[in-house]
Amino acid sequence: MSKRKYPPFTQLGMLSLGLIVIGGIYLSAHIPQHVPLGPAIALLAASTLVLVTNLTLLRRVDGFAWPRFFQVARWALLAYAFTAGMIEYAFLRNHLSGGPLVILTLSLIIYALQVPTLIAFTVARYDTTDFADPEASAP
Amino acid sequence: MVETTAPLPAVGTPPVAAAPPRLEFDIVPRKGLVMVAVAMVMLIVAIAVNKLWPLEFLHVASGAAWTIIDLFLGLVLGPIMGSMSIPARVEFTTKLMPKMVLIMPTVVTLTLAAGWQLASKLGTVQSSYPQHGWVVASFIVVGVMAVLALGLLEPANIAVLYELKKPRPNPAVIEKLMKRFIYCAGVLGVMQIATLLIMTKLASS
Repeated sequence: MSKRKYPPFTQLGMLSLGLIVIGGIYLSAHIPQHVPLGPAIALLAASTLVLVTNLTLLRRVDGFAWPRFFQVARWALLAYAFTAGMIEYAFLRNHLSGGPLVILTLSLIIYALQVPTLIAFTVARYDTTDFADPEASAP
Repeated sequence: MVETTAPLPAVGTPPVAAAPPRLEFDIVPRKGLVMVAVAMVMLIVAIAVNKLWPLEFLHVASGAAWTIIDLFLGLVLGPIMGSMSIPARVEFTTKLMPKMVLIMPTVVTLTLAAGWQLASKLGTVQSSYPQHGWVVASFIVVGVMAVLALGLLEPANIAVLYELKKPRPNPAVIEKLMKRFIYCAGVLGVMQIATLLIMTKLASS
């Protein structure tokens, strides 16, 4: 029985999420004082790097079910973009502005991309040959 | 560090255990989307009007639902499901999990967004608040729970539903994903106790 090898996609995805969560907590914990943005920017950059690296590693997997991955990812992206929008709305409603707003907005974009890729990967890695099955499609 | 997955048995190849029966269900129940939309409109209005009662209601009600669901799923339903026969577990899963796809993201979004707005209104989010350390502790607990829920629990939830939709679901995959879901829900349930401790401390100070 041959085995398909995957990069540690879930672990790296959780690391990426964890980095932006730490950045968000760091910023939130200092409100309304002035907060040095350096650590938050570094965490955001690291999170983005992990996300890009993760997808790059996944691209190298032979025979990965990309059609299923994108099918699931786009529906999940719709849902998580909405929840990110709700959180952004709460930030804007509270007159958050300047550097912290930019960093938190970019963090929300990473969140809205990262979670759908994690969901899509978990579905696609177990996908076999039945992608054409119309009943197995998303709503 | 590499994850390895053996390819699933091809159609016609008997898997290790008997394939569970295929049941008809929607991965995302369309009727439930109406309820989600109503809840989201309530949240948008509550944040816009910025009144204490609607914010408190949404934060407390959805936070209580989040806590109770995690505790009940992880510590009560999980062990029960583990002891069920495979056909019974599959049937239960196909009825429970699609609802969880809608319920959990909704209650989490309601809890966090209404909670942030409430804390901003009350001033408890400000670093000058005397119990600020407890507030930051709640951020940390929620952050850890969010990473676990978004990184492990939700993907397992969706993936098990896709597996059950297949013409020939693989029981090994379902077993693996359901274990991940239930264990994760159990850990989240235990972490919810920390949330309860922090929130009751803040409410009584």
